[in-house]
Amino acid sequence: MILELRDICKDYIQGKMTVPVLKNVCFEMEEGEYVAIMGPSGSGKTTLMNIIGCLDQATSGTFLLDGEDIGGLNDNQMSEIRLRKIGFVFQSFQLLPRQSALENVMLPLSYAGVPKKERRERAVMALERVGLGDRIDFKPTQLSGGQKQRVAIARAMVNHPKILLADEPTGALDSKSGEQVMDLFHSLNEEGVSILMITHDADIASCAQRQVIIRDGILRQGGR
Amino acid sequence: MLENIRLSFQGIWSHKMRSFLTMLGIIIGIASIISIVSTIKGTNEQIKENLIGAGNNSIQIELYQGDSAYWMDQGAPQGVSAPNQEVLEEVLKIPEVKSASFYNKRDYADSIYYKNTSMDGGKLLGIDRNYLSAAGYDICAGRGFADSDYTQIKKVAILDDKAASTLFQHENPLGKTIELKGEPFTVVGVAKASEEFEPVINSWNDYYTYYGEQMAGFVLVPTASWPILYGFDEAQNMVLQANSTEEMSDAGRKAAEVLNTNLVSDQEQFGYKAQDALEKAKNLQKLSASTNNQLLWIASISLLVGGIGVMNIMLVSVTERTSEIGLKKAIGARKRTILGQFLTEAAVLTSLGGVIGVAAGNVLAKVISRISGTPAAISIPAIVGSVAFSMLIGIIFGLLPSIKAANLNPIDALRHE
Repeated sequence: MILELRDICKDYIQGKMTVPVLKNVCFEMEEGEYVAIMGPSGSGKTTLMNIIGCLDQATSGTFLLDGEDIGGLNDNQMSEIRLRKIGFVFQSFQLLPRQSALENVMLPLSYAGVPKKERRERAVMALERVGLGDRIDFKPTQLSGGQKQRVAIARAMVNHPKILLADEPTGALDSKSGEQVMDLFHSLNEEGVSILMITHDADIASCAQRQVIIRDGILRQGGR
Repeated sequence: MLENIRLSFQGIWSHKMRSFLTMLGIIIGIASIISIVSTIKGTNEQIKENLIGAGNNSIQIELYQGDSAYWMDQGAPQGVSAPNQEVLEEVLKIPEVKSASFYNKRDYADSIYYKNTSMDGGKLLGIDRNYLSAAGYDICAGRGFADSDYTQIKKVAILDDKAASTLFQHENPLGKTIELKGEPFTVVGVAKASEEFEPVINSWNDYYTYYGEQMAGFVLVPTASWPILYGFDEAQNMVLQANSTEEMSDAGRKAAEVLNTNLVSDQEQFGYKAQDALEKAKNLQKLSASTNNQLLWIASISLLVGGIGVMNIMLVSVTERTSEIGLKKAIGARKRTILGQFLTEAAVLTSLGGVIGVAAGNVLAKVISRISGTPAAISIPAIVGSVAFSMLIGIIFGLLPSIKAANLNPIDALRHE
C-alpha cells in the first residue's frame, strides 16, 4: 500500500470560526496504481493533495505513506519525505526561469546530496525519458508549455519517487500538449510508477485507472 | 556551497542595476574607509621617513635651558661645565651608540660672507673628525678635514649644500675664500646629508618640524680653528649615531643621561636632551591617526546604512521569489538549504561590493594624494579586513530576510503568483 488515509480531517481556523475542509476522508492506493481525484473548486481536493504531498499536516486521522506514519513529523523530516518519496507536477510548471532545463532537473538531486557528475547523468537520462534530450540547455522561456511540463515531470521523476503527485497537470496546456503529457503519464505508469492526479476535467480523469470524486470535503470512491 | 555562490553570481548578474544600487552603500562605505586608512598609513610613513628615516640614524643632543634648547648664539652659557673627552668615551660605551662626536655651535652666525654675499641665519659648527659620519653627512665635492687641518690649525671650511648654494649660487665654491667673523677661510669641501628626503609641508607645524633646523645652511670648520673665531670655547653639543633606527630613542636617552650626570652647573635649569625623533614621529602619527579615526567612524556609519539597504533589498527579493522558495521547499529543500542560499547571496553581494569598494578606495586615495599632496599607501590588512567585514555585513543583514525565506510555508509560497 503506497497511500493509506484513515479518517483524515482538516480544519482551517478563520477568525473565531473553525471551517472543516476535509471530513473523515478515507483513501487507499496500491503501489503502481494510477488514480485521479476529481472535484470542483472549493471541494478540498488541493488540501487533500497538500496532505498527501506532505506539505501540510492533517488536523486528525492517520496518514501512512509507503507504510510510514506522517503524523507528528517535523519540518525537516517532511522535507526529507518530499525529497525521497514524492514527485510533484504543478499546473503552472514551477520551473526556475533563469536556469536551464538540465539545471532545473538537477535541483532535487543536489538536495539529495547526489555527487555532481552523477547528477548530470541522471538529469540527462530523465530529460531523454520525457523526450527532451535535445533541449537540455534551453531556458524555460525558450520552451513551449508542453515542453515545460515535461521538464517538470523529469524533475519530479529524477529522484525515483514512490509516487508522482500531479495537480491539474494539463490545466495550463492546449489539448495537444495535454494529450502528450497524459501519454507520458500512461507510459510512466506502465513502467510501474504510482500516479495520483488532481483534475476537474473528466476527460483527463478518464485516463487514470480509477477515479475518486471529492465534494465538500467528502471523498466518494469511484469504480475500479 | 560553491553551487550557491555560482547561483548568487548568476542572480546578481541577472539584476545588474539593482545589484549595483544595492551594493552602492557598501561600495561607498568601504571606499571611504580604504581611502582614509591609505591616507593615514601614507602620512605615517611620510612622518617616519621625514623625521627618522633620513637613513643615518643620527641624533642631536643639545643643551636645554628649561624646556627649550639653549640658543648658542652667544656661545656656551656661563657657569656650565663643558663635557670632556672622558664623557665622550663613556657615551661611546653605550651599546646602542655607534659613533659620537662633540661639536661647537653658533646659531644664526651673522657674519658669513663670500665677497658681498652674506648668509643669514646660518649655523657655524666646529667639528672633530667623527662629526660628518655621526651626523650622516657625505662629502660630495672636494674633501673632508684632514689631520693636518687640525694639527696645523688651518683656516679651512666645509659648506653644506644649502650654504654652498646660498653663498655661491652657481659658482664652484671649492678653493674660494669665505669670510667668517672677518677671518678668511678656504672652502675645501661640500657636504650633503647622506640620504636626502623631501618633506611634505601641509601646515606651519610641519614647517617648523622639518625645516626649522634645516632651511639655513651649515658652515663647518675644524674644532682646532674654532678659537680663531670665538676664543677657547668648550664644545657643548653632541651628535651621535645609533646602530639602528629602533635603537635611536634608547641611544639618545642614555647618552643624555651620561652627559647630565657629568654636568656641573650653578643654575638648575640646564640639562641635556636628545632630540628624540622616533618619539616625535610616534606623537605626530598618533595625532594624525586620532583625527582620522573620527573620519573612520563616520565612514562606518555609511557601511551600516549600506547594510540596511542590503537587508531591505533582500526582503524585497524574498517576497519576489516566494514561489521559487515554495517550489524548492516542495521538492525537498530543507530550511537550512534555503537559509544557506539566501545568506550566501547576501554575503556574495556585499563582498562583491567590498571588492569594488576597495578598488574605488585605492583609486580615491591616489586621487586625493595627487590633489592635496598627502601621501597614500596601500594597506593590505585594511583591504583584507574590509572585504571580510563587508561579507560579515552581508551575513548579519542578510540573516533576517533569509530566516523569513526559510520559514515560508510551501503551500502559501506555491499559491503565490
